[in-house]
Amino acid sequence: MVRLTRYIGHLSATILLLGSGWGCDRKSEKLLLIDGSSTVYPIMEAVSEEFLKQHPDLSIAIGVSGSGSGLAKLLRSDTDIADASRPVTSAELKTGQQAGLDLIELPIAYDGLSVVVHPSNSWARTLTVAELRRIWQPAAQGKLTRWNQIRPEFPDREIHLYGAGVTSGTYQYFTEAIVGTSRASRGDYTSSEDYNVLVQGISTDPLALGYLGLAYYLENKTKLKPVAIDNQQDSTRKEGILPTYETVRTGVYQPLTRPLFIYMSREQSRRPIVRQFVAFLLSQAPVLVRETGYVPFSPALYQLVRQRFTSEKTGSLFAGKKSSGTRLDQLLR
Amino acid sequence: MTKSSVVNQYKDRLFRGMGIVATGLGLAVLLFLVGTLLWDGVQRLNWAFLTGGASRFAQKAGILPALVGTAWLMVLTALLAIPVGVAAGIYLEEYGRANRLAGFLEININNLAGVPSIIYGLLGLQLFARLAHFGASFLTGALTLALLILPVIIVATRESLKTVPASVREASYALGASRWQTVSQQVLPAAGGGVLTGIILALSRAIGETAPLIVIGAKVFVSVPHSVFDPYTVLPLQIYNWISRPQAAYFTNAAAAILVLLVITFLMNGLAIYLRNRWASEANG
Amino acid sequence: MATTTKPPNRTRQRLVERGIELFLAGCGSLSLLTTVGIVAVLLFDSVAFFRAVSLWDFLTDTQWTPLVADKHFGILPLLSGTMLTTAIALLVALPLGLLIAVYLSEYGRPVVRNGLKPLLELLAAIPTIVYGYFALTVVTPLLQHLIPGLAGFNALSPGLVMGFMLLPLVSSLSEDAMLAVPQGLREGAAALGATRMQTALQVVMPAAFSGIMVSVILAISRAIGETMIVAVAAGQQPRLTLDPRVPVETITTFIVQISQGDVAQGSLEYNTIFAAGLTLFLLAFGLNTVGYFLNKRFQEQYD
Repeated sequence: MVRLTRYIGHLSATILLLGSGWGCDRKSEKLLLIDGSSTVYPIMEAVSEEFLKQHPDLSIAIGVSGSGSGLAKLLRSDTDIADASRPVTSAELKTGQQAGLDLIELPIAYDGLSVVVHPSNSWARTLTVAELRRIWQPAAQGKLTRWNQIRPEFPDREIHLYGAGVTSGTYQYFTEAIVGTSRASRGDYTSSEDYNVLVQGISTDPLALGYLGLAYYLENKTKLKPVAIDNQQDSTRKEGILPTYETVRTGVYQPLTRPLFIYMSREQSRRPIVRQFVAFLLSQAPVLVRETGYVPFSPALYQLVRQRFTSEKTGSLFAGKKSSGTRLDQLLR
Repeated sequence: MTKSSVVNQYKDRLFRGMGIVATGLGLAVLLFLVGTLLWDGVQRLNWAFLTGGASRFAQKAGILPALVGTAWLMVLTALLAIPVGVAAGIYLEEYGRANRLAGFLEININNLAGVPSIIYGLLGLQLFARLAHFGASFLTGALTLALLILPVIIVATRESLKTVPASVREASYALGASRWQTVSQQVLPAAGGGVLTGIILALSRAIGETAPLIVIGAKVFVSVPHSVFDPYTVLPLQIYNWISRPQAAYFTNAAAAILVLLVITFLMNGLAIYLRNRWASEANG
Repeated sequence: MATTTKPPNRTRQRLVERGIELFLAGCGSLSLLTTVGIVAVLLFDSVAFFRAVSLWDFLTDTQWTPLVADKHFGILPLLSGTMLTTAIALLVALPLGLLIAVYLSEYGRPVVRNGLKPLLELLAAIPTIVYGYFALTVVTPLLQHLIPGLAGFNALSPGLVMGFMLLPLVSSLSEDAMLAVPQGLREGAAALGATRMQTALQVVMPAAFSGIMVSVILAISRAIGETMIVAVAAGQQPRLTLDPRVPVETITTFIVQISQGDVAQGSLEYNTIFAAGLTLFLLAFGLNTVGYFLNKRFQEQYD
């Protein structure tokens, strides 16, 4: 027994020593850390899976904590790449500069933020932006709680709201595009950074209304029903517009068509593993983005993004401006 | 027989019947649970599932990173928790039975055993992931789980040391052995079976823990790890991840992964029961 | 260690002995450090939280919306979610657990008892994430057939499932308490013509009362701290309600939700999980302490 105790003691000491030895190569050239948006996750997952097939000696770990958290981790150097469903803010850029991190922004795909209800919902076919605003604005909290408060002809039943968690880019984008002020939203709804949780909630709740990324709607087409969005900007149109591959690609699905991004520091972008990964992502994006349910750019646009990466251009295309309704190709040129 | 005693006899039988029904209900739920899991998951249990990695296609996804992660995490946790836990148990039972520190420690350990596991997650998050900068790595996970199962190991060690007759100690002292010699060469070997049982039960609890690992930071997509500082996933986290997805195919994956986890847990518990019984019969015979 | 050829050096050996004892005491004290660590971690961020939010608001505000523009920090909705799932679990675990305990200790033959007990205890060995899966994918759809209007996330299904998880805890501890009641009391009752049911209910259970209470208290403590079952199946919407059919959020689920989202460290939103954690810790701590002293008293009774 003494021998055993001593043996165990030695063993644990060895392991701890080995552990601290491994600690030296914590920023291992074989490990890539990605963290951020739940919206962008399906793209990252697909790209990583295919990338690892070609590089079986490398490892990738992806976390889903929301765009804001992903960027925060990037600024703390806790992740190598942050994926985000909104552009970086000027405040975040400034924090980065103070820490000596210049961020490179690469748009990688379009998303059409989808407003969805339960498949059995027969009344909410179209909602105007103004109606969505009335539902989601902070003043609606605890007040707008029944469907017929949106439109009198809707049933007199409770409405159950599902939406993105507050650290997500989707939350920020949705509040900005619909309510008008970034991060202004009511709070009495089921929120999650993980949209799978929202899909489960909405698909089992006949009184639900929620919003999530296009890929999550397309992946669960039988469980969710999309609501057409009436922008009221275009008086020639009578009906709202549904989120589809075409309406997002052509940009008529407004105001909820938006670009998705990845970010990294200039220093990180020079690491071989990051270079390899980004090059792979941009070359495979036309296929993989489409496959995951989002909308890829044109090849010419991807070429511009590639140039942005190789020329190490830092800073944001949007520089704190609102990202809704802006054309990316003009900005990239 | 009086009328009231006949009524009482019936009542007694009814009561016994209720007891049988309640016991049967508990067992039925257990069977139902295992049955539905087999029904849902057994079709997915094949070699490709056990050796596959993360994939965007549910049918192609496997649990290798989670299996490797679980094995690593358990080894690390065991190495950290067993020496400390057994040593603490020895101290409380053999050295400090009468002193005030030991009395205080006993209340404390009792309380620790009842602290919800998610609270340990908060401790690990602040202490190991943030303060010590271990991040969401194996080391953070193992340190957190080790603290979590420490009270279980300590209590089990004490319980089995208690069963060793005082005559063993007295005989050892009479031969001139020191206290530590007595403990390490006589008492601990005599209590070994019980200690081992406690350790296995503690580890079988650690292997299923999910909540504290989520709090200290869990990744969604993980490849097979290379070092103790790598991010990791373990079976319960992989299961949680799959349950959180809405597609039915992922539920099948979750059920299959649960079957693997249950087999491991039940085997560990079975081993513990076997050891306990063998040790009990040895102690008696 | 004892195989040295030289005669043992007394002083050296005494030093070694002393060193070993110190090491062992150090390991023993580590548990104390753990407690100190938990309390320190919880207090540190809770203090920051309670600088921004008054304790009164925390305890009386009926809304919990820490993450949005219109912030409210009332713990009541989370507490009601926790209490609701706990109550449902106890409604299952207590009657069934006590019946099982009485049956096994008063009616069951030792063979039956020894065979059934390990099987029942498997229920407690199953990882809770497995129960979460069971509640979400099996029990909820089943209940939705019986109860129209039951939401996909609700308090009822995880509560019921949690009850079965707690079953062995209640039955084993209560049974141990009943078995500890001296045989003489039973024989006395039987001599007076009591049936086994009368003996069990009027003699054994009152005698084992404090032991049974310990099992109840520990079950409550487990239920309020249980995380994965409710995180998977009860929903994530803080709601002050006693309606078991709608989504609720427990304290534990909230902590899971926030740590998955990883809100900025040091922010008020981040500190909420420590205030919630502190609440949970105090509840569990209180229950465990009561349980501990009841148990002591119960043990002294028949020692």
